Amino acid sequence: MKRRILVALLPLLASGAVVARAPYPQDPLHSPMWTAHAAAIFGDDPVRFDPRITLKYPAIAENQRSFPVVLDARGVAGVRRMVIFADLNPIPVAIDYRPSDSAAYIATRIKLDQRTPVRGAVQLADGQWLVSGGWIDAAGGGCSAPPLSRVRGDWAEHLGELRGEAWATGEAGTSRLRLMVRHPMDTGLVGNIPTYNIETVTITSATGAVLGELEMSAANSEDPALTVMPHAAPGETLTIAARDTNGRIYPASVVVPGMRAP
Amino acid sequence: MILSRRSMLGGMLAVGPASALDPRFTYHIAPVLVADGIWMIAGADEPILPGNGGAIANIAIVATPAGTVLVDCGPSLRYARALKAVAEGLTGKPVVRVFITHLHPDHGMGITAFDPAIVAALPGTISEMARDGRGFSDAMYRILGDWMRGTDLALPAISIASDHEAFGGRSLRLLALSGHSAADLALLDERTGLLIGGDLLFHHRAPSTPTADLAQWRKSLTALESLPHKGALPGHGPFDPSGTEAVAQTRDWIDWLETTLIDAVRSGLDMVEAGEIAIPERFSAMAAARYELQRSVSHLYPALENRLLPRVDKQAD
Ligand SMILES: [Zn+2]
Repeated sequence: MKRRILVALLPLLASGAVVARAPYPQDPLHSPMWTAHAAAIFGDDPVRFDPRITLKYPAIAENQRSFPVVLDARGVAGVRRMVIFADLNPIPVAIDYRPSDSAAYIATRIKLDQRTPVRGAVQLADGQWLVSGGWIDAAGGGCSAPPLSRVRGDWAEHLGELRGEAWATGEAGTSRLRLMVRHPMDTGLVGNIPTYNIETVTITSATGAVLGELEMSAANSEDPALTVMPHAAPGETLTIAARDTNGRIYPASVVVPGMRAP
Repeated sequence: MILSRRSMLGGMLAVGPASALDPRFTYHIAPVLVADGIWMIAGADEPILPGNGGAIANIAIVATPAGTVLVDCGPSLRYARALKAVAEGLTGKPVVRVFITHLHPDHGMGITAFDPAIVAALPGTISEMARDGRGFSDAMYRILGDWMRGTDLALPAISIASDHEAFGGRSLRLLALSGHSAADLALLDERTGLLIGGDLLFHHRAPSTPTADLAQWRKSLTALESLPHKGALPGHGPFDPSGTEAVAQTRDWIDWLETTLIDAVRSGLDMVEAGEIAIPERFSAMAAARYELQRSVSHLYPALENRLLPRVDKQAD
């Protein structure tokens, strides 16, 4: 079941032979691609637009190469998957996250190729999908412009460097993990540079239990920056493994800080 | 309030016969006298939008015995032509010098209306315009469309190497500073003590940071504070008769911005959350505060995270 969305979507859309198998609700954003994406991502599962999940982003897309979005579904119980996609991007799905043992929260930065709906969709344990999102006015060039590090030529020097930190949150047993990976995240849409991106990030506990599993595409910005909220207590070590499309693994670990001595 | 019939007439003469018929793309240029022989044209306190034609930066007109001097000349050929006519109508003398304070297109893309031989900028500004001009031009055409018609890329031919320039007895001090960009020109009119700050100074308008180096900006503000002067003409926002308020506001904002973003990184906020941070009450009268905060997050946050968050990678065993 790995990589089902990210890989499945492209040929489906390219063929144009998309047949909606379920009657999806009418799209409040009136996107030309709604039915096609719904068929590819949701299939026969029930779908509804739901205000309890929020996709947050700034009022302006100052940098089309790096537009921050947060999908927050902590208001609903039993979230199994969290997907972030932009209808009119050449690579629509940016994130497909399974917060196995984490709060339902994910932040990333994505590329925007043109004015597009950007959506968050979460799937609950019973299979139904809840969707929200909005139109983002982007000037263009996010996916079809080379990443800044390709322009600078220094990407190889820093490839795979990870920075990050964890914080204990107010909620008992929940941490906040911020993680940045230096990676060009090449889309394959620029010049002769082939697709080259981080494709999975896995977060595990000290005992090896999976806390969160994330698939990501080159629609995420260069040097991806993520926030997730694993269930981990102060003092616990979070182990992170990012893997790119060349099969290279970038390991890291972060300790959730303990309570300060009084 | 100076909007003389002469300047009105000049403005009308400036536009070509075809565009004169199209009032949608006519700039309203209204110079206001701010010191003896110096006028300010206030830009709109807005982002660059089709509704304002990109005329968001303040422009200065200085009357000198040797001719008219302009400091910045707006976003487009249309603007700069109208500006030239209004300025020459006002002073009765031809434009002999155009100073460009820094690389940003709302200040300098109009130089295409002038002979490059009379346009002057700091060497750093000229090289930045050569590097970024195409990208700025594309962006401006995309946002503004017909307002930009005929606006070609041009570079100032005069690279400023002196700390002053005299115009038939009226001398302008030229201060080579930086921080809003890598090269920011400020000018002091020695006759009146008026300071023209370019985008080092924002007044009742949140500073913008797309090319900022906040530490350098702070040093430049210190230099402007210690420079004896009277009123200050900021790059954006109303004229500051005190000469100190715009400097203090700009410093207050960039200090708050930097401290706030550092705290945000250290407490684990992502960029969306950082852009939603509460803006202190004392900035409530500042135009475009939320807009500029969110832009600044985009400009500054990745580098701050890179600097402040520790390396956590380890060698695979
Ligand atoms: Zn500027």
